[in-house]
Amino acid sequence: MVEEKIVEIYPDREIRSPTHLYIGQEAVAAGVCAALERDDVVVANYRSHGWYLAKGGRLQAMMDELFGRATGCSGGWGGSMHLIDGEAGLMGTSAIVAGGIPHAVGCALADTLQGRRTVSVAAFGDGAVEEGGFHESLNFAALRRLPVVFVCENNLWAAFSPLAERQPQGDVHRRAAPYGVPGQVADGNDVVAVYEATASAVRRARDGGGPTLLEFRTFRWLEHCGPNDDTAVGVRSAADVDAWRERCPIARARRFVSDEDDRRIRSAVAAEIEAALAAARQAPWPTPTWRPAYYEV
Amino acid sequence: MKFREAIRSATVEVMRKDARVFVAGIGVPDVKGIFGTTLGLADEFGPERAFDIPLSENTVAGICVGATFRGLRPIFVHQRIDFLMLTMDQLVNHAAKWRSMFGGVQPVPIVMRAIVGRGWGNGPQHTQSHHGIFAHVAGLKVVVPATPHDAKGLLIAAVEDDDPVVYIEHRWLHEEEGEVGEGYYQVPIGSATVVRAGRDLTIAAVGPLVGEALKACVALTAEGLEAEVVDVRTIRPLDRDTLLASVARTGRLVVADADWGPCGASAEIVALVAEHGLDLLKAPPVRVTWPDSPVPSSQAIEPGFYPGARQIHAAARWTCHRSRAASLTPSSVRPFEGPF
Repeated sequence: MVEEKIVEIYPDREIRSPTHLYIGQEAVAAGVCAALERDDVVVANYRSHGWYLAKGGRLQAMMDELFGRATGCSGGWGGSMHLIDGEAGLMGTSAIVAGGIPHAVGCALADTLQGRRTVSVAAFGDGAVEEGGFHESLNFAALRRLPVVFVCENNLWAAFSPLAERQPQGDVHRRAAPYGVPGQVADGNDVVAVYEATASAVRRARDGGGPTLLEFRTFRWLEHCGPNDDTAVGVRSAADVDAWRERCPIARARRFVSDEDDRRIRSAVAAEIEAALAAARQAPWPTPTWRPAYYEV
Repeated sequence: MKFREAIRSATVEVMRKDARVFVAGIGVPDVKGIFGTTLGLADEFGPERAFDIPLSENTVAGICVGATFRGLRPIFVHQRIDFLMLTMDQLVNHAAKWRSMFGGVQPVPIVMRAIVGRGWGNGPQHTQSHHGIFAHVAGLKVVVPATPHDAKGLLIAAVEDDDPVVYIEHRWLHEEEGEVGEGYYQVPIGSATVVRAGRDLTIAAVGPLVGEALKACVALTAEGLEAEVVDVRTIRPLDRDTLLASVARTGRLVVADADWGPCGASAEIVALVAEHGLDLLKAPPVRVTWPDSPVPSSQAIEPGFYPGARQIHAAARWTCHRSRAASLTPSSVRPFEGPF
């Protein structure tokens, strides 16, 4: 609902930040974070509205950040692609593909050295698997048996490039075996399947069993960046997108909620979103902190 | 104490004082201990705090960044600065940005030690000195110590600093002897120091060229010229006040930088004086830098690549008299013996 509201208001140009919307992939962040404790950490990427909220970030701070306000979670310096809530364990998000994966490994290393029994999650897309940092991070985490859960949201597309044009073999979870790491694939549009796979990997990590690579097959409904459907410009076929819309992760989770609860939750969330938008519009702007780069004479 | 022993001493001091500090890098716990600078650390502090790494520089840089999120303070050592270039994504895109990108809530106190491997024919990929590149990046600090005393004090200051610091050490300074303070002390990042007073010109020198500048001063004195030598020490943030005050006293400037010239620290210092002290200058400044070429390997031409006291002497005469020297100071750099 948050993302749908962003789609609705984005043309108003109040949000001037590249937004990578999460619609279609909600079950992944929701399912993974449900299997984590608050002390556990997540390091995600530029498509992280879902991760931020699922890990316990504050909607108001996120909305303020999107609006570029000083009260945003990153003080207006990060924008949509750079969300953080250290207390909730969302340790920051990078706009460089695969850039955050080693950060999760570093969190796991640091917590292990300091005797904390936390688990660190690295969340990334299928494009990140093509970067060296993915493999190097798996290698390091496996070498040190670190409590890391590598979560690949395989949504089959990197911007406008389909998986088949980028990887000779698209089964991401199979990249784990060469490092002696268990790899598992699950339906990323089934929140229960995501939760169960993650809970098992988290248990293993917390018990000293080392890292796991989880691949969740899913699909982003909208364009890579922005509020639009990209079928109109011929990037993806409408039939493909429609087939995935049929598998809507939220509709599939609807069976766990009574009609009355569904109405109640939607109404409460809608009110919270409207309140957050209203407050964001009134929030103060940041002010420069730098000395001018040009020197006063 | 030798320069390399001062680095080790600083590392031991910070690790004893602060359990959050660890040292990582290829070769950190091995028998050579990064030219002796990390010897014994694993014995004293355990393999958890002084450890070897896979050959994954960029990812380990990212792991160090992540470790800072959870309260640790890493020192990541690179036996060659050329290998540090592999970490540019994590250093420039991540470490340098993190504090401001998240509104100041998450600093990244990481120290990148990098060694410049001049000598013994190490060739173009083992000898670079890129402090100018790193100093270009908002969010990084860059220090280049020239003496054992500063090597220790700047490394301790770098670990204490909440921003990422690139600490560049020239290995042909590793064997230099000098007075080193006792115990735990800092040399402030962002402070240059006047190492020799003089009235006729300022020589702002970086790293190994500080010693060369002092050698040039002997010959200059014999010719009636007294040079003030400023050890720049920190490339970013530059100590503008100390540099400008020196030029205000002397009216002339030679910048001697152990790096390439274009867009480098020498250009920045000259720009600083041009913007803020043009009226102080009696003559155009002169830069002494590496030639505009990658570093060669052959023993026949490698020694001639590097400027030293001779070139600084010539530059000083030029800015003072517009004249060439009759007989110039020989450069006298201690050669580095291989095999690595």
